[in-house]
Amino acid sequence: MSGMATYSTNEFKGGLKILLDGDPYSIVENEFVKPGKGQAFNRVKVRNLKNGKVVEKTFKSGETVDAADVMEIDVQYLYHDGEFWHFMEPNSFEQYPADAVAVGDAKLWLKDQDMCKVMLWNGSPLSIEPPNFVELAVTETDPGVRGDTSSGGGKPATLETGAVVRVPLFIDEGEVLRIDTRTGEYVSRVKD
Amino acid sequence: MSADTDGWRPRLTPDGLRRRAEALAAVRAFFDARGVLEVDTPVLARFGVTDPQLQNLTTRTSDGRLHHLQTSPEAAMKRCLAAGSGPIYQLGPAFRDGESGRRHSAEFTLLEWYRPDIDPSGLMDEITALIAQLSGTTPPEQRVAYADAFLAACGVPHDAPTSDLRRVGEPLLGALARTLDHAELCDALFSMQVQPALGEGLVYVTGYPAEQAAMATLDPAQPSRSTRFELFWSGLELANGWQELADPVEQRQRFEADCARRRDKGWPEPALDTPLLAALASGLPACSGVALGLDRLFMRLWGAESLADVRPFGQT
Repeated sequence: MSGMATYSTNEFKGGLKILLDGDPYSIVENEFVKPGKGQAFNRVKVRNLKNGKVVEKTFKSGETVDAADVMEIDVQYLYHDGEFWHFMEPNSFEQYPADAVAVGDAKLWLKDQDMCKVMLWNGSPLSIEPPNFVELAVTETDPGVRGDTSSGGGKPATLETGAVVRVPLFIDEGEVLRIDTRTGEYVSRVKD
Repeated sequence: MSADTDGWRPRLTPDGLRRRAEALAAVRAFFDARGVLEVDTPVLARFGVTDPQLQNLTTRTSDGRLHHLQTSPEAAMKRCLAAGSGPIYQLGPAFRDGESGRRHSAEFTLLEWYRPDIDPSGLMDEITALIAQLSGTTPPEQRVAYADAFLAACGVPHDAPTSDLRRVGEPLLGALARTLDHAELCDALFSMQVQPALGEGLVYVTGYPAEQAAMATLDPAQPSRSTRFELFWSGLELANGWQELADPVEQRQRFEADCARRRDKGWPEPALDTPLLAALASGLPACSGVALGLDRLFMRLWGAESLADVRPFGQT
């Protein structure tokens, strides 16, 4: 980045990425507080983009803070080498290795070739967001109970990524399931 | 319908517009019945505000003249009073740059009125009567001195040494507390700690410290306090009033002190409002006055969470 960009508190709004004490934060909520005849303040809730923790900060209105060089791009998941998960921006072919901290729980849903979002801070992955829906094969589950299509009950099934989800009783090993990654819940069977 | 095709609609529905129109008419009827005259002084004012906590929006006419969109019609209304208008009110737009949020809008609707021969206590009675008329009930009301409210909520007096206020402010403000001066700490603690603790109903906070007197007279019995009061309705600041300063010499000194503070901050320094000083010199009748944020009053009357929900086109 050439020259540090800054934001005035007047520009504060949800989603703005700012740098506080050396860490990147995203503004969750901004509240303008001002007594009629007194000093104005901005009380903000900010999420630390490294660890997800939300904290409250107060600024004197009119102050400026450094912008965090954070951006989100669409990438394709390539492979895991045991230590890093590798992603590629499909137009530039630029690759981004992400460590376990950045990948977090997203690793449960990463399948080769799937498109994900990666949040970059100063060019390095901060966090990975898997697609909202993924299609994954069942590698292990109790044998399917034929004819039972009721939604009651259910059983655990292990998917090809290692994720364990609750599935209906009729699901068999080898079947491909559609999963909502935001809730970690089974949606449907994927017919060939 | 998608938001795109619906974006032209006013924020208020036809029912909402009607409710607002009825409330504005009720305000006018209230003052009319009490013999208070409506005035509409210019929105584009020649002189800007000196208050170091307020910022004017400005504009120019094509002849090059600079105009200040009024932050309040106070100066013009005092010139009416000095000219013998008797009791007056004004209901219209006011503008404050840099103020935007759930309870702030750069453009908002201000109700301001002045009452010769009524003291601040009588004015508080009248505000409560207005709210009772608009709401159809009388909300519970209490009056508490600024010093007492501050001490009760913060555990230290508002005039304690700066280091004490910093210590109290630190859990709330973090590192920011160390950079604030005494006045800023008072403002921060008041709006973030005292105000939320004021409780339900109408709460008049009276006797603001002399340092926060704005254009109020000082309390003759206790010169460290001013006659300034504020009204909060269940924690929401609604109105700001006082016994009006009529002494042109003292008024000029306050203008100059304001300008010095603006200079320190590197802010624009408005020209001195000499017509106002001349009006005071010719004689302002003893009066008290109050400015009430009408949109905020509507928020409380109609249970709205945001000022945008009570204005025809939302918030600016």
